[in-house]
Amino acid sequence: MSELNRRDLRDDPAFARGMTSRRSALKLFGASAAALALSACSIPGQGGRGKITQAQIDAFWKGRTGKGALKWANWPGYMEDDRATIKAFTKQTGIQIEYKEVIQEAADWFGKVQAPLAAGQSIDFDLMVVTNGIQSTKMIELGYLAPLDHRRLPNFAKYASPKFKNPSYDPGNAFTVPYVSGVTGIAYNTKYVKDEINSIAQLFDPRYRGKVGMMGDSQELGNFGMFAIGVDPEKSTPRDWENAARKLREQRDQKIVRKYYEQNYIDAVAKGDVWLTMAWSGDVYSLANDDVKFVVPREGGTIWSDLMMIPKPAANPADALTLMNWLYEPRNNATLTEFINYITPVPETQRFVREDAAKATGEDRADLQRLADSPLVYPTEADLSRLRNYRVLTQQEEPQYQKIFTPIAQGS
Amino acid sequence: MTGLKGRLTPYLLILPGGLWLTAFFAIPLIFMASVSLMTGNLIDGFTQTWHWQNYTDAIGTYGDKIVRSLWYGLLATAACIALAYPAAYWIAFKGGRHKSTWLFLLLLPFFVSFVLRTISWKLVLTDNGPVLGPLKSWGLLPDGFHVLDSGFAVVSGLTYNFLPFMILPIYVALERIDYRVIEAAYDLYAGRFEAFRRVVLPLSLPGVFAGVIMTFVPVTSDYVNASVLGGPGNTMIGNVIQSEYFTQSNYHTASALSFALMALLLAGIFAYARALGTKDVLEAAAR
Amino acid sequence: MTTTVTSPAPAAPPRPRRRNPLRGRGLQAYTILLVAWLVLPVAVMILFGFNDTHSKQNFQWEGFTLKWYARLFEKKDLTTALVNSLTIALLTTVFATVLGTLVGLALGRYRFRGQGVANLVMFAAISCPELVMGASLLSMFVALETPRGYLTILAAHVMFSVSFVAITVRARAVGLDPRIEEAAKDLGAGPLTTFRLVTLPMIMPGVVSGAMLAFALSVDDFIITNFTSGATQTFPLWVWSSTRTGTPPQVNVMGTLIFAVGVLLAVVNIAASRRRARNT
Repeated sequence: MSELNRRDLRDDPAFARGMTSRRSALKLFGASAAALALSACSIPGQGGRGKITQAQIDAFWKGRTGKGALKWANWPGYMEDDRATIKAFTKQTGIQIEYKEVIQEAADWFGKVQAPLAAGQSIDFDLMVVTNGIQSTKMIELGYLAPLDHRRLPNFAKYASPKFKNPSYDPGNAFTVPYVSGVTGIAYNTKYVKDEINSIAQLFDPRYRGKVGMMGDSQELGNFGMFAIGVDPEKSTPRDWENAARKLREQRDQKIVRKYYEQNYIDAVAKGDVWLTMAWSGDVYSLANDDVKFVVPREGGTIWSDLMMIPKPAANPADALTLMNWLYEPRNNATLTEFINYITPVPETQRFVREDAAKATGEDRADLQRLADSPLVYPTEADLSRLRNYRVLTQQEEPQYQKIFTPIAQGS
Repeated sequence: MTGLKGRLTPYLLILPGGLWLTAFFAIPLIFMASVSLMTGNLIDGFTQTWHWQNYTDAIGTYGDKIVRSLWYGLLATAACIALAYPAAYWIAFKGGRHKSTWLFLLLLPFFVSFVLRTISWKLVLTDNGPVLGPLKSWGLLPDGFHVLDSGFAVVSGLTYNFLPFMILPIYVALERIDYRVIEAAYDLYAGRFEAFRRVVLPLSLPGVFAGVIMTFVPVTSDYVNASVLGGPGNTMIGNVIQSEYFTQSNYHTASALSFALMALLLAGIFAYARALGTKDVLEAAAR
Repeated sequence: MTTTVTSPAPAAPPRPRRRNPLRGRGLQAYTILLVAWLVLPVAVMILFGFNDTHSKQNFQWEGFTLKWYARLFEKKDLTTALVNSLTIALLTTVFATVLGTLVGLALGRYRFRGQGVANLVMFAAISCPELVMGASLLSMFVALETPRGYLTILAAHVMFSVSFVAITVRARAVGLDPRIEEAAKDLGAGPLTTFRLVTLPMIMPGVVSGAMLAFALSVDDFIITNFTSGATQTFPLWVWSSTRTGTPPQVNVMGTLIFAVGVLLAVVNIAASRRRARNT
């Protein structure tokens, strides 16, 4: 290539064009980089906003009235295909719902909405459903959620089961109410396991070496580790965590654990890749396989809930609250329960499910009957008494907890 | 290629793509780079402290996962080359009129969602499934044998999922070779192996190089295969980054790990280019 | 050896070829096997689209049915998601192929100042863990108060596809004989004509391969899409999240249809080229 004369270069219009476009590119770069640099100097903290007073609740809701439209983010499989429940709601209240199945996992969802919520920007939804746990606690503590005005939510006080009221993760249900719930217990395949399974200790039995499934989630895993050493996870201390982690590590190093599952353990237990595994009640119910049984171990199991919550920057919080209230009406909730088949916070729905079963025919009737009678959907008193909540981790404790339990599933 | 126009051409060619990458890759990345040097947590906020120790801490804690990822990456890339080369060779030289159709067929499974493919693999490979079940009942395999939830399954999954990224560039480079050059080699009494080694292989190296970049790099930072197909001892660095970011909200640690990984991979690419002398091949056009 | 390169082959007796005629067959058989291996999970997926399952979990064979085809569009969100994914993938393919081809040409055909930096950015874009790309894009969009949605997904998909196209095209453009283009110019062709009639046909296999990669990358992307999607849904996002309550058979059916359309295109292509060959 020939050496170029610099003066020629400047005289050439094409070069000048190139320069201007390059200069504007630099400008663009500069502008956005500056914008970023500003936001980059620090990401402000937002701790300690979890406590709420009546005055704050009133301040938030003052002048908020329904606008007749609502955007709702939920998980797939949490609403009938024909959206019957939503249609009924719109018919009765006149409020339109834009319903989207956009939530995959609490952690992923949190990673996605954290930045806009921290900046006070809309996330396009007025109502979202997130599982209780580390992420929901963070959202409460970081002040991302609107406080609930329970005066506009009377059905919750009236119909929710006591087991779902005033939970330790959200005292007084200040920010959340459950949509559906489930139990974490043990599923086992009777084709391979001949003994009766009723204890967490059996997950640690070397007899089942390489045939045990555990959950990878640090809270689920930690809970079962604590049950195994006889500690109630809800009241556990950091010392208990250490001991539980030691027990779990032992179980892993003896090669008893085949895999730490994120999801998708249910096909493994149905096909016999694992014989017994930590499991969610709803999965076992929907599997509908007679070989696979679910049990709440005698040491205890945990109960979790997918919580309805309103992001603070929401455009239509009033309509979201109306919907929450409407969903706690047993007749309305029963229809939804008949589709979702998870544990409902409204026990009175059982009566309506029975009534619907009596009215139905054929296969539908059998399905509804099975639902109404299933302890996986309407847990017995004995089961309920063994169920514990997750330990609520303060923001100081959480990193410590994670540090103790996360490496176990990662193999170190 | 003389004159001003000739000199400006590459810049004009690169401009639109370059702007796009600047706006949606480089600028955002600078932001993440600054996060990797911050300290703090979500509650108290993150502040810029130029905390380079984030890097040493992260690498110190997760060094073994990085090494494992590189190892899996190497194995999967080697497997990809071995599987892809013969097929690319056949399509390029014997594919006739249907070359692009063959390529399309090889790529078609990848238009179908990853989740579905993985669920299907799990069905095929279960301990008592259609493959392992019969082998076990004939006594060819011990009862406890399993493929799923092992390092082998992870590497196989990676190989499967990234194979097209190897086949296509190799094919693209091979297809350019004039078959008469190979015949000339035969005419010069080169053996089949000689002709391949001295004519075909060197001419296809740019393709292999591109293929290695496009497989080794994403394979090493992958996390899905390890989480779906791996057991307790098969965690890769991608899984760690995932967990640090999403579950633990340690944005600084996740960023630091990612940048360390990127730096390592880039250094690897350039070292590899130099060692193989592919750099010369790459720049041959500019002679 | 004859010294005249240009003269037609002399009428010498053909040299004995040591090429084994079976060798081509062996490789063909191998390629077919490879395709079979790649398609195997797709076959399972297709099969379970016909599964008469009564549970929400679709992995136990319970008999043959066509009902999921009849009820294909019952899940509204799934349908929307699929349409979004396909249109985004097509647009991504167009944009990324154009941008990436130009970049690949520049990197493969020219030597220029800043080439090292361009190469570095290219490799960095491929080696950057998706999570970091997604998270940093999200931070930028939030900082600039850009609403997330269809367009931001598209921008992100084009971004990560460009480098793959560029590297594929570069592998092709490297070492192309520049004299052919110069000859075209000498014959009076303008730069655009030269590009259209000479350069483009020479790099075409690279462009086509790059386009296919871009489509495959875009249509199945999860992580970056998740960060940039706002309230917009795509097929992989929906399918991933559905694994929690059980992936419905409609997903298998949609996968089957995508696959079927692909196979159909391939068949049409073969038929068309047959006809062309017969007519000429």
